[in-house]
Amino acid sequence: MMDLLHWDGTLSAKDFRIGAVAFAQKWESLNFAFPPWVWVPCPKHPWLASPELLQEEGYLSMEKICISRLNEEDIDQTTQIDTDEEEASCSGNKDVIDDATLVQRNHHELHYYDFHIVYSNTFRVPVLYLRAYCSDGQPLQLDEIEKELPTCSSKELSKSKWTFITQEEHPHLKRPWYKLHPCGTGEWMKLLFLNDTAQPKFEVVLELYLLSWFSVVGQVVGLRIPFKMLNDR
Amino acid sequence: MEAQKYVWDGAIPLQIHLHESQVTTLPPPPPALILAPRIGYLPLLASLLKPYFSSTLPPGVDTIWFDYNGLPLKWYIPTGVLFDLLCAEPERPWNLTVHFRGYPGTVLIPCEGEDSVKWSYINSLKEAAYIMNGNCKNVMNMSQSDQLELWHSVMNGNLETYQRVSSKLKLATVEDEHTSLCSSKSQQGFGETDLAGQVKTGRVPVRLYVWSVSEDFDDLEDMPKVDSWEKISYINRPVEIHKEDKCFTLHDALKILVPEFFSNDLMNVKSAGVDFEDALRIPSEDVSSDKVVEDHVQNAYEHREACSISSSAEIKLIRIQGIEPKLEIPFSWVVNNLMNPDYFLHICVCVKVPQQNST
Repeated sequence: MMDLLHWDGTLSAKDFRIGAVAFAQKWESLNFAFPPWVWVPCPKHPWLASPELLQEEGYLSMEKICISRLNEEDIDQTTQIDTDEEEASCSGNKDVIDDATLVQRNHHELHYYDFHIVYSNTFRVPVLYLRAYCSDGQPLQLDEIEKELPTCSSKELSKSKWTFITQEEHPHLKRPWYKLHPCGTGEWMKLLFLNDTAQPKFEVVLELYLLSWFSVVGQVVGLRIPFKMLNDR
Repeated sequence: MEAQKYVWDGAIPLQIHLHESQVTTLPPPPPALILAPRIGYLPLLASLLKPYFSSTLPPGVDTIWFDYNGLPLKWYIPTGVLFDLLCAEPERPWNLTVHFRGYPGTVLIPCEGEDSVKWSYINSLKEAAYIMNGNCKNVMNMSQSDQLELWHSVMNGNLETYQRVSSKLKLATVEDEHTSLCSSKSQQGFGETDLAGQVKTGRVPVRLYVWSVSEDFDDLEDMPKVDSWEKISYINRPVEIHKEDKCFTLHDALKILVPEFFSNDLMNVKSAGVDFEDALRIPSEDVSSDKVVEDHVQNAYEHREACSISSSAEIKLIRIQGIEPKLEIPFSWVVNNLMNPDYFLHICVCVKVPQQNST
């Protein structure tokens, strides 16, 4: 199939789809705190008459992730607000988002993140797109997101404002999203697998590609993959 | 390379109206008339428009954006491409509306002035370099002063400076197929070096914009206006030039990008009512290829099956840098002469699609 020694660390669109599905399955099978990754087929072009092509192109989506980087004191206050909310609300609605919309806006407010993993035809690698919003749906600006990023990421962001995370058009949704710039991805992905002494076959690499990729990229936005996911082949 | 000079000198006459919600004086200010470079970007006109309209603006913070018939214009698409895409029947002057308030942040990427535009350009250049060279190190390692000089050459339309600075990037070039014989059957990848030491590439950065129209019309003048970006499909995919016995043409390139339009061979285009014969305005030396385009439609495509193709999608118009090029032009000529300064070839296509029965 493919000789890993000459592999440049990139994927074809088809490989991406196979790798994405494998990643989503593994993610779900481990069933930890995060919601599942869902494969979203791209809206078809209006000139395509038949739905067969729908599976071809798409992206992975994981939405409404609550990332809170609050300190102890903040957490106490947040919990307090939530508790008040519960008492005030008698609807019995279990929908977290709906409940939260009633919370007063303040700087302790919870923020929600949507993550999409989109294939780049240019760089031939997965690219992470994200957006963040308050519980009332109000989008967060980059400087607000920056405050919630791990320290090394926010440092990088202030150092390279235009080449690290920028707002760009989501390739499929055609709306502004934040994008993590992908230009070195192929190279470090290749290194990740070259260091593997087991010299896996390309099929195995494909299975692990997105997991390995996300173990690096996820950290940039503060999402860590549990070790058991990485160790368990 | 005379055509490239034409492209760089190309400009769109704009008649820019201030949006009525921002007019606070009577009489309202007359529209501004500006010749906007094709290769430029709309927010760069702010330095001219702001002083012109400043006395009538309400108090507040300025963030400039434009619309055409209510459609917010994406500032990161070069002005010439917007014009080719949204004005099938060229409107001169092109009537745009400028806004200094109420930025439509859910539709448009925020623009923080010239810096945003510059970095959008540099990032696009980086992308192109990656496609052509297999990496974008040369763009990333460009010195601060080169980067600025390159950007200023684009902003000011200075082709000579642009050529001098961009040559330092050592970007692989596309071999002119109409000047050399296409003898090799092999597919050209990147990194091949010819005798002169020039690195050649077979991968071409392309941004394709497809406007789908479902309404019937006979004349370009009767075409509906684009009222939503939803009607425009954007395909950002490199084209791999396949070297064969015959030249790789624009037709071959489009067939790779949107095979669906060529399922019924070229007749689709010929019957579309667009006269491709007189359409080419820029002269090129030798494009009178006598090969029959129809004879290689049987090419196998990567993954799209003929059976899933809408039989009646029909290309109405193909426009690159204001030109409606013949499909049999060598693609290498098109790329080398009509690309934008970001090394991308921007192609605008208008296609008639059948009315959708279902959703």
